[in-house]
Amino acid sequence: MSSPSNTTTMPLAAKIGLYAFLIASALFFLAPLIVIVINSVKPMADIRSGSLLSLPSEITFEPWRIAWSSACTGLDCSGIRPGLMNSILITVPSVIISVLAGALNGYALAQWRARFADWLMLLILIGLFVPYQAMLYPTVKMLSGMGIFRSYWGIIFVHVVYGLPYTTLLFRNFYVGVPDEISRAARMEGATFLRTFWSVILPISTNIIVVVAILQFTGIWNDYLLGLIFAGNDNMPMTVQLTNIVNNSRGAAEPNVNMAAALLAAIPTLVVYFISGRYFVRGIATGAVKG
Amino acid sequence: MYNISLSKIKKSYGDLTILHSVDMEIEEGEFIVILGSSGCGKSTLLNIVAGLDTCDTGRIMIGEKDVTDLEPSDRDLSMVFQSYALFPSMTVKRNLSFGMEIARVPKAEREAKVAHVAKLLQIDNLLDRKPSQLSGGQRQRVAIGRALVRSTGVCLFDEPLSNLDAKLRTETRVELKKLHSDLGFTMLYVTHDQVEAMTMADRVAVMNKGRVEQFAPPQDIYEKPANLFVASFVGSPVINQIEGTLGADGVFDTGETRIDLGGYDFDHGKPEAQDAVLAVRCEDIDIVSPEEGHITADLDFVELLGADALAWVVYHGKRLSVRMSVDAARALPKHVGLRFVLPKASVFSAKTEQRL
Repeated sequence: MSSPSNTTTMPLAAKIGLYAFLIASALFFLAPLIVIVINSVKPMADIRSGSLLSLPSEITFEPWRIAWSSACTGLDCSGIRPGLMNSILITVPSVIISVLAGALNGYALAQWRARFADWLMLLILIGLFVPYQAMLYPTVKMLSGMGIFRSYWGIIFVHVVYGLPYTTLLFRNFYVGVPDEISRAARMEGATFLRTFWSVILPISTNIIVVVAILQFTGIWNDYLLGLIFAGNDNMPMTVQLTNIVNNSRGAAEPNVNMAAALLAAIPTLVVYFISGRYFVRGIATGAVKG
Repeated sequence: MYNISLSKIKKSYGDLTILHSVDMEIEEGEFIVILGSSGCGKSTLLNIVAGLDTCDTGRIMIGEKDVTDLEPSDRDLSMVFQSYALFPSMTVKRNLSFGMEIARVPKAEREAKVAHVAKLLQIDNLLDRKPSQLSGGQRQRVAIGRALVRSTGVCLFDEPLSNLDAKLRTETRVELKKLHSDLGFTMLYVTHDQVEAMTMADRVAVMNKGRVEQFAPPQDIYEKPANLFVASFVGSPVINQIEGTLGADGVFDTGETRIDLGGYDFDHGKPEAQDAVLAVRCEDIDIVSPEEGHITADLDFVELLGADALAWVVYHGKRLSVRMSVDAARALPKHVGLRFVLPKASVFSAKTEQRL
C-alpha cells in the first residue's frame, strides 16, 4: 500500500476511506483495552448475567479496591499492593544500574578503541541472541553459588546482567556517532576516563538515556519469569502476584477484580511512556535504535 | 623552557608505516607549520607530540623533560582540534575552566584567567552561552581560548581553520599570527593549506609519506626546494618542470636547445653529468622573442587573475605557466620564446629527485 503523501489533493471519498480504515484499526487494537476497562468497573452481578461486551449497569470501583488491597494471592489476602512496592524496588535500581553500566560499556567500546573492542562487542551481541530461558538453569546454579538465589539483590543482579547486552549495544551505537575529538580534548585537559564520561559524555546523552531507560523499565516491570524464579517469596513483583490472583483457586472467579488488577499493573509503564514520550521519539530519531 | 625536540619518531600500524624516523628540533617561541597532503602522517605526528597517540620508537623532549611516556595532561601543552571539540553540555565559561577545575586551580584564579583570555580573544560577551549557540568563528575562538587559558607555553593546532569559510579563515590566520607574536608561545601547527604555511610559519616542515622532506623557513622552501616533491607541492600553479640532461660542463640539454646554467648556484659544486629536471616558478620566466629565448613554445591560452595574468604555453606537449602583467598577456603573439631567470631556478637529479 502506497502512503498518501499529499493529502490536500486527495479526493473526499479516499479521505473517508482512509479515516474509516484508521478508525477501524484503532478500534481493533483498542478493543481488548476497552473490554478490560469496562469489566473492571462492573459489579459481579453484571458479569454473571451478561456477556463481557455489555456495558455495566452501574459503575463501581469496588473491584479496583479489592484488587489493590484485599484480593487473595494464595494464602495472603492483601491485593497486589505489596507487589507494587516490590516491583518498584526491583525495577528502579535495576534500570539505573543497567543503564549506567550500559552507557559506560558503550562509551568504552565506541570511543576508547580497546584492542579487542570489536570482538568484545560481538561476544556481547551473542548474549542478545541466546534466549534467556535457555540460560535459566546455569543462572540458578550460579546465583546459588554466590548465595544470592531468591533474594532481593539476586533478582536485581539477574536483571542487570540480562539487560547489559541490550543497553551496551544501544549506547555503543549512539556513541559511535559522537566525534571522538571531544574525548581527546577532555584527555588533553587532564580528565580521566571516568571523569570524561561523567562530566562530558553523560550530559550529552539525555535522549539515548531516556530511550534505554524506558525500554529497560518496561522490560523489567513486565518481567514475570525472572521475578518468579529469582526474587524469592518476599520480593515477588506485581506480575507474579497478578498471576496468583487470577489463578487463585479459592472462592469464585472474579473477572472484574482480575481485570482491575491487570490494569493496575500496567499503569506505571503507561505513565512512563506519557511523561517521556517526547524524549523517546527524539531518541529514536537520533538513530540509536533504528531498524 | 619550551623548546621541543623530536628524535627518531617511528610509528606503524601492522605493515603500514606511518612515520619513518622523524627528527625535528623546535626552538622556544617558534611557530612551526607541518605541511602535507592527507595521509602523509602529519596528524599522527601531532597526536604523538600531544600524547594522544604513542610512537613505536623515538623520544620527545619538551624543554629538559622527556615526555615520551607521559599522559597528555602532564606534558605542559594544549591543543586546538579541527572540529573545535568543545564540550557541548558546558557553557563557554566552563569549557574554558574545565581543565583548571580538574587540576584543582582555586576558583578565584580560574575566573581571573578565564576573564583574561576571554578579553584577549573578544569572547567575553559569549561566556554564558552553550557551544551550539555560537557561530563557527566563535567556536574557533573558544577552542583557541581553551588552549590558551592553561597558558602552558606550547600550543598544538590540528588544521584549526579548515572548517571556516574563506574570509573568516584569512582573518583568523592574521589573528593567530598576532597572538603568537604577543604571547611568544611555541606553536606546532598542522595543515594541508600552503597559504597558511607560507604566511604564518617561522619554519615549515613539509611531510610526504611519513618523512620530513624539508624543514626550513617558508621562503627557502619556496625558493630553494630540497627535492622535486617539495618543489611541486609548494606553490600555485605547480612549478614548471623541463626534463633533460645535465652535462659535466654545467650545460643543461633539453634535446633541442642547450642552456648554460652558469648563473645557477649548485648546492655541492658542479655535479657530474646525469639526467636532470630544470624547475622554474612561473614568475621566474620572461617572455621574449623566439630567437632570444632559452626555449620556444606556442601560446595555449591566457588566464586573467585580476592583479596579473598567467600565460599557458605548450612546450613538447607539456603545459608551462608564465606569470606576467595583464597588458603584456593581452599582447602575446602565438609563438614565443621563454627566458629563465636561472639564479632563481632549481635543478634536480632525475634519479634521486634531490636538488643539485
